[in-house]
Amino acid sequence: MKKRARIDVKALPGTAANAADERLQVARPLRAVFNKVFPDHWSFLLGEIALFSFIVLLLTGVFLTLYFDPSMSHVTYNGSYLPLRGVHMTRAYETTLHISFDVRGGLIMRQMHHWAALLFMASIVIHMFRIFFTGAFRKPRELNWVIGVTLFIVGFLAGFTGYSLPDDGLSGTGLRIAHAIMLSIPVIGSWTANSLFSGEFPGPGAILPRAYIAHVLLIPGILLALISVHLGLVFKQKHTQWPGPGRTNTNVVGERMFPRYVIKQGGFFAIVFGVIALMGGLLTINPIWLFGPYEAAAVSAASQPDWYVMFLDGSTRLMPPWEIRAFGHTLPPLFWPTVVLPGVMFTLAMAYPFIEARRNRDTAIHNLLQRPRDVPERTALGAMAVAFYLVLTISGGNDPLAENFDISLNAMTWAGRIGLLIVPPIAYWAAYRICLGLQQHDREVLAHGVETGIIRRLPNGQFVEVHQPLAAPDAHGHTELEYTGWVVPKKMNRVGALAPAIKGFFYPVEEPAPPALPQAERRELESSGTR
Amino acid sequence: MTSDNPGRGAAATPPAGAARRRAGATAAGGRLRRRVGTVLRIAAALALAGGVYAGFAPGSATAAKDPASLSPAGQEGKALFDTNCTSCHGPDAQGVAGKGPSLVGVGAASVEFQVSSGRMPMARQEAQALRKRPVFTYDQTRQLAQYVQELGGGPQIPEGSMKLPGGTPEEQAAAVARGGTLFRINCASCHANAGGGGALSSGKFAPDLEPANDRQIYAAMLTGPQNMPVFGDNQLTPEQKREIIAYVHTLKAQEPGGWGLGKLGPVTEGMAIFLLGMTALIFTTLWIAGKS
Repeated sequence: MKKRARIDVKALPGTAANAADERLQVARPLRAVFNKVFPDHWSFLLGEIALFSFIVLLLTGVFLTLYFDPSMSHVTYNGSYLPLRGVHMTRAYETTLHISFDVRGGLIMRQMHHWAALLFMASIVIHMFRIFFTGAFRKPRELNWVIGVTLFIVGFLAGFTGYSLPDDGLSGTGLRIAHAIMLSIPVIGSWTANSLFSGEFPGPGAILPRAYIAHVLLIPGILLALISVHLGLVFKQKHTQWPGPGRTNTNVVGERMFPRYVIKQGGFFAIVFGVIALMGGLLTINPIWLFGPYEAAAVSAASQPDWYVMFLDGSTRLMPPWEIRAFGHTLPPLFWPTVVLPGVMFTLAMAYPFIEARRNRDTAIHNLLQRPRDVPERTALGAMAVAFYLVLTISGGNDPLAENFDISLNAMTWAGRIGLLIVPPIAYWAAYRICLGLQQHDREVLAHGVETGIIRRLPNGQFVEVHQPLAAPDAHGHTELEYTGWVVPKKMNRVGALAPAIKGFFYPVEEPAPPALPQAERRELESSGTR
Repeated sequence: MTSDNPGRGAAATPPAGAARRRAGATAAGGRLRRRVGTVLRIAAALALAGGVYAGFAPGSATAAKDPASLSPAGQEGKALFDTNCTSCHGPDAQGVAGKGPSLVGVGAASVEFQVSSGRMPMARQEAQALRKRPVFTYDQTRQLAQYVQELGGGPQIPEGSMKLPGGTPEEQAAAVARGGTLFRINCASCHANAGGGGALSSGKFAPDLEPANDRQIYAAMLTGPQNMPVFGDNQLTPEQKREIIAYVHTLKAQEPGGWGLGKLGPVTEGMAIFLLGMTALIFTTLWIAGKS
C-alpha cells in the first residue's frame, strides 16, 4: 500500500509533460497548437474525409507492396484460383491474383485500397464544391485553392497508375488508351509515348515498373508534400467561418484544438476507416480475376475507367470523328477531348479565384464565408461546371446505362452531345433563379416575420396567415432587420416559440425541452402578429 | 445441362432423355396432353384443309412441303408453327418481307434457342427480341425445331450433356481455364468479362448470360442468333464450346469479393462510392458537427 502511494496518478500527466518539456522545450509551441480554435460546421469536415482516406491508402498500400511485383516477365499461373490455372500471364498479374486468393486478408486489403482511392477522389471533389460555393477560395486563400486543384490532378494520376498496375484486362486497355492519347499530341506525342513505354506499346516490359515507382514513391511523395502545405496553410491562414453572432472577419469562433477537436477528428477517422473497411469487405471492386491477363486482342465490353477518369472517357465518346490533315500532318480527333479539354478545364478551375477577384475588383481579405444564395452568379457558374462534368461522366458510362435501361446507345451518345451544350446553360439559369428566390424569401421573413402556419379569417372574409415578427414591428407591421449573411429563422421552433424538434434518428436521444416561453407570453406574441 | 425450362427453374441436372420423360410426368402433364390433343386435331384439320387446297391449286404444292413426308414430331411442329409463327415467318417458314426472315435452313438449334429462351414469339417488332417466359413447353419447342429442321436442315444441338467429359480435377480445371481464355477472346468484347452483357449500336445489345442454360449457350454459339456472330464448329470445336460453357458456370457461381454490384465494373463502383460511402460520411459530418 505504501509503495502505491508513492506514485501520484493524478500528477502523472503533469510530471510526464514536464519531463518532456525539460528535454525538448515543446510547451510553448504546443500550447499555441492545443489552443488553436477551429470553427465548427459539418461542411468543414469534408476535406478530412480525403485526408483520412489518404491515410487508409498509405496503410493498405504498404501492405500490398509487400506482395506485389510489377514485373512484366511471363509466367504460368499455378495458384489457387482454378479458372486461371495454366494461363500465361505477367508476373504483375500473377502476384495480384496471389494477393487476392492466397495472402491472408489480401483481398480485403486490395478492395479497401481501391475503395479508399475512389473515396479519396470523391471527397476531394465534394470538398472542392464546398470551397467553391461558399467563396472560401477568396483572398488570402487563392494559393490553397490552386494546391487543392493540383491535389485532384495528382490524385487522378495516382489512381490511373494504380489502375494500370495489376496488368489485368482493364489495366492494359487503360494503358493502351493512355498511349493513344499521348500519341495524339502534335510534335512531341510520339516522342513522349516512346520514351515512357521504351518503344512501341506495350514496350519491353518497362511501363509497369515505371508506373509502380510513380505509384508507390513519386506520387505519394508529391501528395504528402502538397497535403502538408495545404493543411499548413489552413493552420497559418486560419480556417474560414460562417458569419454569425460574434463572428467577424478578424476573429475565429469555435472549439480549441485540444481536446474536443482532436477527439472529434479521431472519432471521425475511425468512422471513415470503418466505412472503407465495410465496403472493402462487402462489395466487390475491380474483380481482376474475371478480367483475365491483358491481351491486346481481348477487350471487354463496358471497359470503363474509375469514376474520376470517366469524364475523359465520356468526352472521347461524344467527340465527333473530325480528323484534321494539314501540311502533311494528321491531328487525330482524340487530341481535343483528352488533352485540350482537361487542360482548359483544370486551367479555368485554377484561375477562377483570380478571375473572380478581377471581375469584382475585389482586393479585400475575406475570412467570412458567403452563403451560395448570396452570390448567385458564382453559384450559377458552379452549377454550370458541375452539370458539364456530370454530362461527361454519365457519357463515360453510357454503354452499361444504355444496356440496363433499354436505351439505344446511339441515342445516349446524341443525348450526351446535345446535353453537353444545353444542360450547363439550363443549370446556370436554374441555379441563378433559385438563389434569387431564396434571397427574396430571407428578406421577406426579415421584413414580415416567420410564417406560423396559423390562418386567420378577417371580418370581411379574407384569409391571412399570421406571421411572427422577428423584432418589434413598426406601425405597418414591418421590421427593419438587416440581413447578416447567415441563416434566417424560418420556423417557429427556431425562435423559441415552440418546443425544439426532438433530436435523434430512430429514438429521442434526449428529452424534449419544455417550451421556452410561458403560456401567457406566447398568447401575447401571437396577438402582436395579427395584422 | 441445367434446366430444360428456365421458367420452371429446375436445378437438377439429369441427362436430356430423363428430362423429357420428367416433363411429361409433371403436374402440367394433363394440360399438356390436352394441348397436344388440340394440336393434333388442329393439325389434322389443317392437313385436311391443306390437302383440299393443294388439290384445287396444284401450283402451290411444289413450294409447300408435303405434310406427309414430315416425321410425326415434325407434323406436330408444323401445326404449332402454322398457328403461332406464320404471321411473321410466313407459311412454310418462307419469311415475310419486313416482318420475319425465312427459317428454311436455320436448323433446329436456332429454333430451340429462340423459342426456349422466350425470345420467339416476339412481343413486338423492335431492335432485338427480348428474353421472356417461354410460350411453349420443352416438348413443343422440340417439335417446332424438328419441323424447321425437316424444312431445310441446318445446325443441330448435339444430344446429351453439355458438361465437360470427366477427368481428374486437374484436367477439369485446365479445361475451364482454356474456356476462360476462349471466352475473353471471343465473347467478352460483347458480353463483357463478367458475362453481364453489353450495349451494341441502335438499341441492340449482347444479353446477360446469367439466365441462359447450357443448351441455349451452345445453340447461340452454333447459330449466332440476332446480332451474334456464328461460331461454327470450325471456329470453336464442340469441345471448346463445352469448355466455354463450363467457364460461364464459374462466372455465375463465385463472388469471392462480396456483392458484385451487378458486375458492371467501374460505373456501379463509382455510383456506390457516392451513394453509399459519401452519403454515409456526410451524415456522419452532420452528426459530429451537431454534437457541439
